[in-house]
Amino acid sequence: MPPSSEILASLRSARKSYGKVLALDGMDLQLRSGKVLALLGANGAGKSTAVSVMLGLCAAEQGDASLLGLPPLAMQARRQTGVMLQSTTLPDTLEVGELLAMTRGYYAQPLSVADCVAMAGLAGLLDRRYGKLSGGQQRRVQFAMAICGRPRVLFLDEPTTGLDIEARQQMWMAIRERAAAGCAVLLTTHYLEEAEALADHVVVMQAGRTLAEGSVEQIRERVLQRRIRCTTRIDEHGIAGWPGVRRVQRDGGMLEIQAEPVEPVVARLLAEDPRLSALEVQRAGLADAFLEITRTAEAA
Amino acid sequence: MSTTSHTAFTTRATVVLYLREAKYEFLRLLRTPAFAVPTLVFAPMFYLLFGVLLNRGDPGAASYLMATYSVFGVIGPGLFGFGVGLAMDRERGLLTLKRVQPVPALAPLLAKVGMAMIFAACIGATLLALGLTLGGVRMDATQSALLLCVDILGVMPFCALGLLIGTLVGGNGAPAVVNLIYMPMALLSGLWLPLKMLPAVVGQIAPLWPAWHLGQLGLKIVGQDDGKPAWMHVAVLLCFTAICLFLAQRRLQRA
Repeated sequence: MPPSSEILASLRSARKSYGKVLALDGMDLQLRSGKVLALLGANGAGKSTAVSVMLGLCAAEQGDASLLGLPPLAMQARRQTGVMLQSTTLPDTLEVGELLAMTRGYYAQPLSVADCVAMAGLAGLLDRRYGKLSGGQQRRVQFAMAICGRPRVLFLDEPTTGLDIEARQQMWMAIRERAAAGCAVLLTTHYLEEAEALADHVVVMQAGRTLAEGSVEQIRERVLQRRIRCTTRIDEHGIAGWPGVRRVQRDGGMLEIQAEPVEPVVARLLAEDPRLSALEVQRAGLADAFLEITRTAEAA
Repeated sequence: MSTTSHTAFTTRATVVLYLREAKYEFLRLLRTPAFAVPTLVFAPMFYLLFGVLLNRGDPGAASYLMATYSVFGVIGPGLFGFGVGLAMDRERGLLTLKRVQPVPALAPLLAKVGMAMIFAACIGATLLALGLTLGGVRMDATQSALLLCVDILGVMPFCALGLLIGTLVGGNGAPAVVNLIYMPMALLSGLWLPLKMLPAVVGQIAPLWPAWHLGQLGLKIVGQDDGKPAWMHVAVLLCFTAICLFLAQRRLQRA
């Protein structure tokens, strides 16, 4: 296995605009072998443009992209890269097995059909026509095509959109296996729990720039506060004035309190309302951190 | 795992890749009824109607129409396979995916040419079979083989024209544009009816259409052409192909 710090693909100070809209504004990204990088951002943040420039599908006006030390469209680089794009419709009238056979034929040492079927969850689908599959099954076929060439770099643009929970977890497992085998993975996703489950490194993008980056833990730490949920008859306006409380919100019958430190607030709640019930204390997830980071940036 | 073992690709594997690409392109369209049925059925159906049923046993008309309907038939897969197929592939993101996959840039295009040639061979063979059996056409083996060659190679200029249309028009507009070119051009080139049955001016402008030149090559084999030399028709078709490819390539570079 290659050393874990080897950079297999990179984007350096990339700038790209579409007309007056600046899609990338000096963006840097590095994909390392054996690591999953999750690229997060709202629609229009520039994620897909970053992927396009890294793949050589469009050229940056400034800066550059390199894939395995080569220009991204070099055949040598493409033979070691697997790609799952966001908006691809494969030929409806071809069978899954045929699509797989066609794609495996592009690579010198592809995975066996059985391995592709097992990793992407295609059991029983090989002789079905692509057009007859559900949206989730189609995504799984595209995933199988992305990994079938044993790529060293894997680009997955919103891979699990439309998958049910079981299929999503199966795909997560396959992505982890690829990373464990030394593959560098770039993942863009709208599901923050997906980044939380898979990513070694998270980059939050906004308006073509990196807004925050680090491990999932580091990103989470940017929003320290924890969240209390409970059912209580204490007036929420009163609680808002308690020390450490940053926000109080009523959500149906439940009260949601963001606070740091959280322990004294819990103690006071229990003291003031002995009939308080359904108490939960949650740590901020990546979703909260993401919202907080992007909201702060927008307000600035 | 070393880089070499990952990417080493033998010549044989490359050839197999091109062939496989063409095979799946053919299968894909064969299973698309909106493409396969008109392509494979229309020309033989017209021939049965006008060349056999309504012909009352005139062998001259039967062989004339066999040649021209086979030319009419083979233009279809070239124009539709490329014009509509390429526009659709572009819209569906399939060409983008192929650009990032390790597929040689020419493979998807050559696959479409291969697909069009296989369809052309099927159409040409069907018309020959109908002509020789039901139409009462008399031809020797050399003539039959030559007509099949004209059919198979004759799809190329129309692949090039289709490619140009596919680069200019979106997937939804492409079928209409292709039909607007295909049907009038077939009529004006004398592929449906002999030109002498149409107003004289149609015959005078016919050399403008590539379909007329291909039709003349087909008719030369059954001895019913206008008497112009074959090389001239071939030269016109080659020039036409080159111009379409040049314009399409310029258009693709800009896109």
